[in-house]
Amino acid sequence: MDFGSILTTTVQQAFGPLAIVYCLAAIGLNVHFGYTGLLNFGQAGFMAVGGYAMASAVATWGLSLWAGIAIGIVLAAVLALLLGIPTLRLRADYLAIVTIAAAEIIRQTAGSVTLLDWFGGQDGLNSFVGDFRELNPYDSAISLGSVTWSPNDFWVMTVGWILVALCCLIVWALMRSPWGRVLKAIREDEDAVRSLGKNVYAYKMQSLVIGGIFGAFAGYIYGLSKAAVIPTDYATDTTFFAYTILLLGGAARVFGPVVGALIFWGLINFLDAFFRQAAANDVIPQAIMDQNQAGLMRFIVLGLALMLLMIFRPQGIFGDRRELAIDGR
Amino acid sequence: MAADNEFEDAGMPGATPANGPGGHGATAIRSSAAHMFTDVAHEPGASKPDPILVATGVTRTFGGLTAVDVDHVEIQRGAITALIGPNGAGKTTFFNLLTGFDKPDSGNWSFRGNDLARVPAYKVARMGMVRTFQLTKVLSKLTVIENMRTGATGQSGERLLKAMFPFLWRSQEEANTRKADELLERFLLIKKREDFAGSLSGGQRKLLEMARALMADPELVMLDEPMAGVNPALKQSLLGHVKSLRDEGRTVLFVEHDMDMVRDISDWVVVMAQGRIIAEGPPHSVMSDPRVIDAYLGAHHDVALDLTEDTILAEAEHELAAQRDEEPKGNHHA
Repeated sequence: MDFGSILTTTVQQAFGPLAIVYCLAAIGLNVHFGYTGLLNFGQAGFMAVGGYAMASAVATWGLSLWAGIAIGIVLAAVLALLLGIPTLRLRADYLAIVTIAAAEIIRQTAGSVTLLDWFGGQDGLNSFVGDFRELNPYDSAISLGSVTWSPNDFWVMTVGWILVALCCLIVWALMRSPWGRVLKAIREDEDAVRSLGKNVYAYKMQSLVIGGIFGAFAGYIYGLSKAAVIPTDYATDTTFFAYTILLLGGAARVFGPVVGALIFWGLINFLDAFFRQAAANDVIPQAIMDQNQAGLMRFIVLGLALMLLMIFRPQGIFGDRRELAIDGR
Repeated sequence: MAADNEFEDAGMPGATPANGPGGHGATAIRSSAAHMFTDVAHEPGASKPDPILVATGVTRTFGGLTAVDVDHVEIQRGAITALIGPNGAGKTTFFNLLTGFDKPDSGNWSFRGNDLARVPAYKVARMGMVRTFQLTKVLSKLTVIENMRTGATGQSGERLLKAMFPFLWRSQEEANTRKADELLERFLLIKKREDFAGSLSGGQRKLLEMARALMADPELVMLDEPMAGVNPALKQSLLGHVKSLRDEGRTVLFVEHDMDMVRDISDWVVVMAQGRIIAEGPPHSVMSDPRVIDAYLGAHHDVALDLTEDTILAEAEHELAAQRDEEPKGNHHA
């Protein structure tokens, strides 16, 4: 058992590109669910729109990366409007159903054979990161202590964490304003807010658009870090990872998604490395589990950890215990 | 902004703010607006000298059930009007229709002369007609003061593009906070200022809801069962608050089951039963109106039931004859 390498992997991943992807997605969900109470189960769809818009703009239509990013933001907003117009006047569950279905439709459409020439089918798209990598100021691997990142990863991380900081700043600025107060009020009781003269529908729509654009940012970082966009990356479990991160860190807290992402992604990689090594070095006998089974152990332990968290600290790490003492209505 | 000074009400010695507990000081000076109703007929749909809210032909059906079928009703400006009736009379449904929370099948209604048909609830509130709810709707996970601030209308900081820049809304926010603090002081909630609204007791929630509605400076305050689940001590203070609203020049329309309250503070009473308005009048006389007693207690409550065969037969024949007479008319109508 090499605990040094397990910890190194943990830290490398916890701050690495994928943690940023989930963090951005969770920041979007925080706006939707944490502050406004909108159950968006299709955050992966917003990520896919962002990722595919950026990748296909460059790889299929020969535009610049920046044009692709701009198109992605516009399309994420359009998707939010399309999802919101029919559902936001209805009860919360309808948005949940429509978003989860829409995310799957987007993923299946992008991966379809009919659109192979545009989106590359199940293999997805690559060769679109040239512009981004040209700007990379790092030319050799970056080491902090015993943890090492490749120049490309570190460049994605630099941009990614700056983006996370910007998104947090935006969320913080918005949520301390009267606008944010209306969102929180809508989460508590829509009808009460309506009776106070606020156009609830418009506020929910704005929230859906803003959180959706954050989701598209997550899609950009995902695409840039892997130098590819692949349909399977935008499956439903991506959305639920982001939800887990949000609840872990604490919903309706600006830094909830950030801390949640660090812990979640760190923990899942720690468990993965730990069980793999334990099985390989016969710390856990083959009779109990083999290497393949060890790979799945992380989800079991993570599930258990989440259950314990919900029992003993249901408000998440940043949550306010006082809020939970209040019954819902 | 404040509706206080728009009223040419001779009997009003300026808007007396009710700072004392319950605001009884103010009510002693001017105990009712009954004088407004001296020339008003004690009939359903009676026209009022200065109506703020007028509804005509408003109906709402749920499947086969006609929940509301109001021919005509007018609500007098500057008075406290009570809307009473037995359970299931359609009072709350009528409230929902008037405030845009539900859509009627037919009818039109106007507030200060502005047609309200198809006006969404939030616009109704902005026009100066703010309601509370039967099941109190406080914003549980917001503090009391944040609840109050949410009540203010026309906040520029509630616009997305301005929200990011505090210097665009800070002064307005401070003004709203001062106003909120004054109202909290008046409604005896100032000690709870930083508490979550969800931690308040039922009565305090009623107070908060009423205070929050006042943040919008409404001209017409519509209270849906303000006394439900409130203990007797707090009830007195709530009564005082409702009266003080009128003394500020606001109009109050409230739904209530508590007859003591109705008798005590209302200037005019509208009685609903089975979706219709069956009686109107000042509180002392309307409660002795036979139609009202019938509605609450049933038409035969004080008649010994005569169940001999002859009378039942005679009654049945009489009804059949009446139906035969009505049928041609009915068919023609259809």
